[in-house]
Amino acid sequence: MVLPAGLWLLAFLVIPLSFMVSLSLQTGNLVDGFRQTLHWQNYADGLSTYGETFARSLWYGLLATVLCILLAYPAAYWIAFRAGRRKTMYLFLILLPYFVSFVLRTVAWRQVLSDNGPLLGPLRDHGPLPAGFHVLDTGFAVVAGLTYNFLPFMILPIYVALQRIDPRTVEAARDLYAGRAQAFGRVVLPLSLPGVFAGVIMTFVPASADFVNAEVLGGPGDTMIGNVIRAEYFESGAYPVASALSFTLTAILLVAIFVYARTLGTRGVLEAAR
Amino acid sequence: MILFGFNDVQGKQNFRWEGFTLEWYARLFDRSDLTRALVNSLAIAFASTAVTTVLGTFAGLALARYRFRGRRAADLLLFMAIACPELVMGASLLSMFVTFGVPRGAPTILVAHVMFSIAFVTVTVRARAVGLDPAVGEAARDLGAGPWMRFRLVTLPMIRPGVVAGALLAFVLSVDDFVVTSFTGGATVTFPLWVYGSTRTGTPPQVNVMGTLIFAVGVLIAVGSARRTFRGRDAAGTGTGSGRAEPQADGTGKGTHEETDGHRRGR
Repeated sequence: MVLPAGLWLLAFLVIPLSFMVSLSLQTGNLVDGFRQTLHWQNYADGLSTYGETFARSLWYGLLATVLCILLAYPAAYWIAFRAGRRKTMYLFLILLPYFVSFVLRTVAWRQVLSDNGPLLGPLRDHGPLPAGFHVLDTGFAVVAGLTYNFLPFMILPIYVALQRIDPRTVEAARDLYAGRAQAFGRVVLPLSLPGVFAGVIMTFVPASADFVNAEVLGGPGDTMIGNVIRAEYFESGAYPVASALSFTLTAILLVAIFVYARTLGTRGVLEAAR
Repeated sequence: MILFGFNDVQGKQNFRWEGFTLEWYARLFDRSDLTRALVNSLAIAFASTAVTTVLGTFAGLALARYRFRGRRAADLLLFMAIACPELVMGASLLSMFVTFGVPRGAPTILVAHVMFSIAFVTVTVRARAVGLDPAVGEAARDLGAGPWMRFRLVTLPMIRPGVVAGALLAFVLSVDDFVVTSFTGGATVTFPLWVYGSTRTGTPPQVNVMGTLIFAVGVLIAVGSARRTFRGRDAAGTGTGSGRAEPQADGTGKGTHEETDGHRRGR
């Protein structure tokens, strides 16, 4: 019974990935077609030209992930332990904005944050902001957009992990003379780490590979590797270089996940994702 | 966004508030290309949801019930499908389609959407099916029920919340997808693609209106299913939550807890 689904994934996920690897070693152009020449130079070219963009993508992804943890953990904690009978409602309220399509949400932020928009316009004309102040087209706007867009993927796993903690374990810790902070640090935090772990993977990976936020909210200096890959595919038609860049990105993210899994000492990556 | 759907704009840019109007609601379908994009999105989402739900339900059931060779491979495949960045999925599919000379359009979008949704349906159904007592199915067999009858009358009702949750998730993933669609769509435009394209020329207020309507429908469905959950629990005390795209379940009932577990991997 697994077979149809497995075959589908094999045909449209695994095989395409191997095609991408093959394509990344080819030379040629769109008009004459591509030939397999084991052209490793594609990787060297990609890395040397876009090394800085790679670094920026990972940096933005990391910043967004950290911001997500800082925002999501207290919110999830509060809902799980303090919200009482209204848990469902608060969770629902937090998730409400995410019923709106991803692209539309980002575009809406562009409307809100635009220089003459409802937020910055009045603040600048009648308020404290200097005349040249703007938020759009800056790295700050991109990171803020990433954080906002991927926040639910952090809140939900943390919430689920916290929700599973038996409150009696915390009471037991308090009975054994653990202070508030100690009970949190020694009991709640370790038990919730698998949730944080899942959340980090589900935030960091898509955030680093995102190009919508950089395109809509960022300026020319804030391009991420996703923008480059997209442009290589659709504007220059340099499929081999684009494939090499995609594969490099995948490899970097995989290595990052494994290193992260190892250093954190949680059970294997597969285990945590289950 | 909702506010700006009521904005009385004159020019192309919908950035500044210029007064209240219902004009854009009346002229919702004025932009025929936008309407077509929305129709494309909905059609693909329905088709993708149907295919994905069937494939994912069977895979989820099998993974929950049987131990077999290749289980670890199946787990790895699921993990890949969930952890792989969408950008890479789209790019690699495009690489393959280009290599084979497959024309890009609605069929390729559909294939791609089913691909990235299957894993989510599978884990949702599996999370639900894992806790079931196999003795119930055996009892049905002892009473002379064939495989199809057992599935329809016994298994399906028991896993229904998981299936419904998975289907809603698949629908939302498909309707909302931008990244993979932009790589596999060719000249076919869906609603997110259209909105994205419009950022360069100016997004018409109709987009805000459609966004508002989609939002309202989503909220209604979520509230409706949450209500049904609570009523069902009060009436029967079974705790079988009905599915929804996001886990609003409080996770205190046993049934809903398993569902939330399935959603942990939801995006």
